Amino acid sequence: MSGLLTEAFLSSLFTGAIVAAIPMLLAGLGEQMSEKAGVLNIGIEGMMLMGAYMGFLVAFQTESLWMGFLGGILGGVLTAVVMAVLCVVLGLNQIVIGIGLTLGAEGLTALLHHFQFSRTYPRLPAPERLNIPGLTDLPVIGPSLFGRHLIVYLAVLAVVVLAFLYRRTNLGMTLRAAGERPAALDVAGGNVQGIRIFAVLFTGAMAGLGGAYLANIGAGLFIPFMTGGAGFIGIVLAMLARGRPLWVLIGALIFGAALSLTTALQVAGSNIPTDVIQMLPFAAVMLVLVLFGRRAKLPSALGAAYERGAR
Amino acid sequence: MPNAAENLTENLLPETGAGTIGVHGVTKRFPGVIAVNNVSLTFHPGEVHVLLGENGAGKSTLVGILAGLQEPDEGYLSINGERTRLSSPSASLEAGISTVFQHSMLVPTLTVLENLTLGAPWYERPPRDRIAARMEELKRDFALSLPLDAITGELSLGQQQQIEIARALLRDSKVLILDEATSMLTPQGAQELGTRMQKLVKSGLAVIFITHKLAEAYRYGDRISVLKQGALAGEMGPEELKSMTEDQAVDEIVRLMFGREAGATSTEHRESTAREETVLNVDGLATQGDADVMGIEDITLALKAGEILGVAGIDGNGQKQLAEAMAGQRPVTAGRVTLAGEDITKATVAQRRRKGLRYLTDDRLEEGSVAAFPISENTVLKDIGQPPFWVNGLERPHRIAQHARDLIAKFSVHTPGETTPIGRLSGGNIQKVLLGRELSGDARVVVFNKPTYGLDLQNIDKSRQRIAEIAERGLGVFLISTDLDELMALSDRILVMEGGRIRGIVDNDGTGEALRLRIGRMMAGEEEHKQATE
Amino acid sequence: MSMEEDMMSGSADTEARAADSATPTAERSAFQRILTVTVGPIIAAFILSAIVLMLVGVNPLTYYGYILERSLFSGLGLQQTATRMAPLLFLCASLIIAFRAGIWNLGTDGQFLLGAVASAATAPLLVGVLPGWAVLLVGFVLAALVGAVWSIIPALLKAYQGVNEIITTLMMSFLGVLLASTLVKLVFRDPSTTVPQTRTLPVADRLPRLFDTSISSGLIWGLIAVVAVHLMMTRTAFGLRLRMVGANPSAATHAGLSVPLLTMATFALSAGLAGVSGASEILGVAGNVRANWDPAYGLMVIPLVFLARFDGYGAIVLVFFYSALMIGSESAARRLGVPQDFTLLLVASLLICLGLGEYIDHRKRRKER
Repeated sequence: MSGLLTEAFLSSLFTGAIVAAIPMLLAGLGEQMSEKAGVLNIGIEGMMLMGAYMGFLVAFQTESLWMGFLGGILGGVLTAVVMAVLCVVLGLNQIVIGIGLTLGAEGLTALLHHFQFSRTYPRLPAPERLNIPGLTDLPVIGPSLFGRHLIVYLAVLAVVVLAFLYRRTNLGMTLRAAGERPAALDVAGGNVQGIRIFAVLFTGAMAGLGGAYLANIGAGLFIPFMTGGAGFIGIVLAMLARGRPLWVLIGALIFGAALSLTTALQVAGSNIPTDVIQMLPFAAVMLVLVLFGRRAKLPSALGAAYERGAR
Repeated sequence: MPNAAENLTENLLPETGAGTIGVHGVTKRFPGVIAVNNVSLTFHPGEVHVLLGENGAGKSTLVGILAGLQEPDEGYLSINGERTRLSSPSASLEAGISTVFQHSMLVPTLTVLENLTLGAPWYERPPRDRIAARMEELKRDFALSLPLDAITGELSLGQQQQIEIARALLRDSKVLILDEATSMLTPQGAQELGTRMQKLVKSGLAVIFITHKLAEAYRYGDRISVLKQGALAGEMGPEELKSMTEDQAVDEIVRLMFGREAGATSTEHRESTAREETVLNVDGLATQGDADVMGIEDITLALKAGEILGVAGIDGNGQKQLAEAMAGQRPVTAGRVTLAGEDITKATVAQRRRKGLRYLTDDRLEEGSVAAFPISENTVLKDIGQPPFWVNGLERPHRIAQHARDLIAKFSVHTPGETTPIGRLSGGNIQKVLLGRELSGDARVVVFNKPTYGLDLQNIDKSRQRIAEIAERGLGVFLISTDLDELMALSDRILVMEGGRIRGIVDNDGTGEALRLRIGRMMAGEEEHKQATE
Repeated sequence: MSMEEDMMSGSADTEARAADSATPTAERSAFQRILTVTVGPIIAAFILSAIVLMLVGVNPLTYYGYILERSLFSGLGLQQTATRMAPLLFLCASLIIAFRAGIWNLGTDGQFLLGAVASAATAPLLVGVLPGWAVLLVGFVLAALVGAVWSIIPALLKAYQGVNEIITTLMMSFLGVLLASTLVKLVFRDPSTTVPQTRTLPVADRLPRLFDTSISSGLIWGLIAVVAVHLMMTRTAFGLRLRMVGANPSAATHAGLSVPLLTMATFALSAGLAGVSGASEILGVAGNVRANWDPAYGLMVIPLVFLARFDGYGAIVLVFFYSALMIGSESAARRLGVPQDFTLLLVASLLICLGLGEYIDHRKRRKER
């Protein structure tokens, strides 16, 4: 345990935290928009998995990580389309369909992976790291915070862009109206179905991207069920962030740090069993929920389908 | 963008001016009922056109069609003489029609500015300066004064209604539909609205005012169309109305609505059946309020057996919380409740029920019953586990079914059977089931919360009769209502609540208008008038 | 967010299925409705999954045929199917209580595993100390308690703070699975073997088999549990109270019920039964818990309970067929090279096709009225 504060440990901790945080960040940002609009998207774990698989598949075949990310987005969006049609348009129960999509994605990706890659288990090459002159050379935090793949910084940029959109344009207002009082939005001439479909597809895209990041950059390969609850943590982040993208980022970083403690502690040579350390992020989530769960303000119309003129 | 001032100078002819809406032979059916039956009307700019009819006469459906929420099954609409189809709220808005519904269609967590711009494309930014400038004009012309950055949910209901009217004007609507707009207002507030409507039509709009209150129709309307069971029963034009007094007009309206004279539905004063003995005492009762719900304070009253104590007040001033506190549903922070001499402040809902304190909620489907459960289960919802319906925790379905059948017969509930899910029944029939449930066993005090709200006139009459009968039998009746006519017809005394407190308790001495005005002032919190509470 | 027995979220007209079967609509016969709502979706789901099989190069007819043959048409297979039903039945009982009371208990996997570990840790130590039946009883009771305790935090959060239980139970589930593994590896490890697992309960001390077969008597207990839960929910005052909380919490408060207490009771019963489910697997079949063992039956049973519309008897039938599917696909994974994960896909498409079937039925019914 004496090696705890060495450069290697801290560096690996920060790197791990960011790499672990990005998928949760993307999932959380996506889920946040869905929730604002009144859709509780439990299928997000499935969307991430599809994104992970498609992302890996495309990256492997095209030998381009960026194409892989596009593939991931596509995978997430395709899954989201199913959710949008079934839950927003047809009005089916969001939770049941969400569970169904997650189970289905788990089964489908495991199946496809088995038949395509289980004999060979190919890996992707290590991702390109950015080199920001000046910043990347800082001790300890330099390479870990500023030497990551470009997609990391794009994800953080997304936080800023979304915050702007939510606060300054009518997008935030329309989403909130759809989530709080869809009838009011409908009567004012807004398109409730439309904005909800948009939100669900956006969630799919973000979750798919998050999954692709996990597979292509985090691990370098696809393993069935590899998301391991990241999508659900994204739901927690969205619930606690009270509508602000910045809080999703902060939450993701905190949980990412908890997750990366595993590898970092092992680098430091400790012998706390892996299982215990893997429990940390979930225990952290529960602690946060116990302390702050009551303050999670959810939109009033969350989870209910909207039907015009319902008698 | 033409503003309201410019509209004043436009010269509009009634028949061909912008904003003439024609309804041509419109029929709309819902499962089991013809809501609108071959109705033809014209709405002209420059007039307040009142759509009058009792609950269930088809007014709301017609409004829904004009607002684009529904489309007619037969017939069509026309705008300025041209046949149009309003297939969505956007289409209706684009045709120049703005609707202010009975229940606020604003998003409570958004600011006033945001609610004013609701519905605009998502990629735009709210044009704050432009709206602020126009709001200044509206303030000048129509006395609409609204703080743009306030959170909508924190404003009063009257102000929220103003937001919806302002929104219509910002869109340069030609037609403004106000659906039961006075139901949440004091008598003074209704007067203000009437004045505002006149200003609006003078500036060239057409205003369609929907109500079920006869007096309002005469006072605020230029033209009255009476709807009865979905069909147009008659129309009274401006010249006709001008030539009549209020009483003559009301008589004529009643004749059109019910085919009989006003006497039968008059707000006759009921003979008091109050007895000597006090059956309910409330001393210094208080409950905790929070962001959504008003707290009550210092509530002290006494109810005699056989007495009807009416509770007047604008919705949301603590009446429901008082009822809940008396029933045991809401925890009390101070005070005492005594039933026939017994202190029941610590008793549970079930215990109070068994001792004879019954509470009939206004929220029939959300609170009073479980919509998906059959009628039979709903009749025993408050007695779960009690013999004879349950023995040792096991259900006795036959006894429950028989009990339900007896209740259905006694209260004339229209239903295929006791196994029908209660949610399928009409509002009036659900009310009958709930009433039967609350009166079963030995009731001593019944708390009614808006018992006739949303019922059609036949059921309203019957309900009022039953309430009078209950009092006659010696029960104490606590009658909360937003219908002042109803309170004045039935109550021995009227208690006025405002801001969670009692503003005054007055004897219903039959002084009509004078009493009504006093109560109205108390409802607005103006007069602190405490008489002896015994 | 209420729980409807069907999948139409908050549908505008409130239909109660029970009453519908009492007064069938005139125009579409009951047969047609069953076709749309139950049989149709099942067939559609199988076809959908068959397409995926073809995409990966497997002949669906061969696969389905193999599964049927292996699980139902062979003596041994049938017995294995029956044995597998036990834990699934307990889980059905657990979820029927939860769902009918309006609680989304998605944490059954964690409750299951911890219950399994609790029984696996104690039973072997009590052999010889207590008579055989008492050992098993203690194992089950402990599992129920542990399962219930594991749900206390989500229960309290939901009952008294209104925190949505979907997320809390899911998180506790992840936590529980990891905790179970840790306990097996560190605390309850069998010192006599190299493989990380708990002490093994000898076969003679496990739940007895039925007659001459290899079917565990856990099956009987599972059946009893589901039927008991069904009867409780439909015939007792307590069951009606739970159902009321699930259908309309405001009405429950209005009627004088304590919604927080009933919520706590629901969690305790549901999680307890999930724990018992885990115990049934150990005390009846496996005898020990291996590290990193997680059959994840919990989430899979959810679609079955919905398919059965929360009816106990329907659930039993569906569990039978699902067990057959599991036994068959486990074997098929070895013989045909199709991983067992395929069942996930099949169940998911079943859920989605069921939803579509509900929707079509809903639309047709509204047109009629």
